[in-house]
Amino acid sequence: MIEPVLSQLFQTLLAVLVAPLMLGWINNCRAWLQNKSAPGILQPYRTLRKLFHKDAVLAHNASSLFRNAPYLNFGCMVLAASIVPVVETNLPFAHAADAIALVGIFALARVFMALAAMDIGTAFGSLGARREMLVAFLAEPALLMVLFTPALISQSTSLNTMVETLAQREVALSPGLAYAAVAFVMVLLAENARIPIDNPSTHLELTMIHEAMILEYSARHLALIEWASAMKLMIYCAIGIAVFMPWGIAAAGNWPTLPIATIALVVKLIFAGAGLALLETVSAKLRIFRAPEFLGMAFLLGVLGMLTHFLLERS
Amino acid sequence: MNLPIHAQLINLMAALLLLIAFAMLSQRRIMSLIYLFAWQGAVLFANTVIVAWGTGQTHLFYSALITLVLKVVLLPWLLHRLATRLQIQSDVETMINIPITMLIGIVLVIFAFNLALPISQWAQTITRSTLGIAIASVLLSFLMMIMRRKAVPQVIGFLSMENGLFFAATSTTYGMPMVVELGIALDVLVGTFIFGIFFFRIRETFDSLDIGNLEKLKQD
Repeated sequence: MIEPVLSQLFQTLLAVLVAPLMLGWINNCRAWLQNKSAPGILQPYRTLRKLFHKDAVLAHNASSLFRNAPYLNFGCMVLAASIVPVVETNLPFAHAADAIALVGIFALARVFMALAAMDIGTAFGSLGARREMLVAFLAEPALLMVLFTPALISQSTSLNTMVETLAQREVALSPGLAYAAVAFVMVLLAENARIPIDNPSTHLELTMIHEAMILEYSARHLALIEWASAMKLMIYCAIGIAVFMPWGIAAAGNWPTLPIATIALVVKLIFAGAGLALLETVSAKLRIFRAPEFLGMAFLLGVLGMLTHFLLERS
Repeated sequence: MNLPIHAQLINLMAALLLLIAFAMLSQRRIMSLIYLFAWQGAVLFANTVIVAWGTGQTHLFYSALITLVLKVVLLPWLLHRLATRLQIQSDVETMINIPITMLIGIVLVIFAFNLALPISQWAQTITRSTLGIAIASVLLSFLMMIMRRKAVPQVIGFLSMENGLFFAATSTTYGMPMVVELGIALDVLVGTFIFGIFFFRIRETFDSLDIGNLEKLKQD
């Protein structure tokens, strides 16, 4: 009885605590690739500690929505982290939501962040919110299309079943999954405000999307938002790992395989982070009006993945 | 349960071909379009070699060799030379914007797959399931010819349509008879030469390669 709860706690805590480390690793890789001196892999933790120790400043006309949005955002990400099979399948929370509901949880967090950005009434806030929603409404269908291909293979939209089916399948070249994987990387870059769509380290007003939205936040609120976006990146990587390279994820209640699963996860995340840093280094930021084209391409690849799966693999 | 390895590789090549067809449809620069055309030829060459190796049809090795010489080296080189001589490195104009073209492309792919499904159920070849992709890439090249204003992208669309037909022939009947294949190869080569001459004539008459100008040739 107590065991599932313990393993659920272990996984959620792991995802929450490791997320800033993952961000630090990506930033470090990026700095190395760009011939800069790296800030150190623990830098996101230091930033979080600094922010938590400061006093929060709120605008006079801020409503309770503005104050509560960061907590809601963080809560959504913790929930998502407990649903996605990061190290273990069949956790108690995993049955609460399938892949489609997971996309809905991300949407919920985003809607509240956009509302909070418009709440203060500054120009930057509403500009950032609009741009964020533009990117989001294009990225969401693409993400769903990407998740439908593995769902078709495993005959279920539950992430659990997907991981179990895909991990036990014989290794075969699957054009459908390859298409879906490329589309997933494109969606991941767009949804997490990474480089072709948004530059996470910019503070240039005309180009920023995510930064413009959270410009009014300070101290603990900002810390929660930063932490939540690190977690979002980590969860997206975990979804990608779960769907496209699920080998090594432990089955439910199988305690001896848990350390192996954790090590496998860390190794995969190290590679994923280095790959992301490489992608961000070799590509330039797109104009905002090219973003629909980029995400349209992701949607197209997702649909093509599904269609080629129907044509080539369903025999 | 799993398909044999060469069938999996053929499926992968087919998927790559579809991807290249969409990349050509969305490409804005003429030089990149020519490189993509060369890549399409390379994938076709690889696919033909794999089919030949997997099924033991030795005559396919010869047609793979023709593909390599003609579609990967000679034609792209000719087109490249033409583009530099005509000094057209600028952006390609499309009739409607690219995302909508992509959506039309998806509709065409669904149509092609539906069309191919009943045919491939009757076929006996190991490559039968790729017929849908062959039809789709023919239709997508056709769409590209319709959507472009300038002459050079239209010719590239025409040549890539021929690539799609060649792929269809390989996937349904393990290639055409050698005589037919040689004839088509010669036709395509001569056709490209003639198109090249046409480009210069069109530009001399109108100072541009916009096909729309040809409508003015009507005499009352």
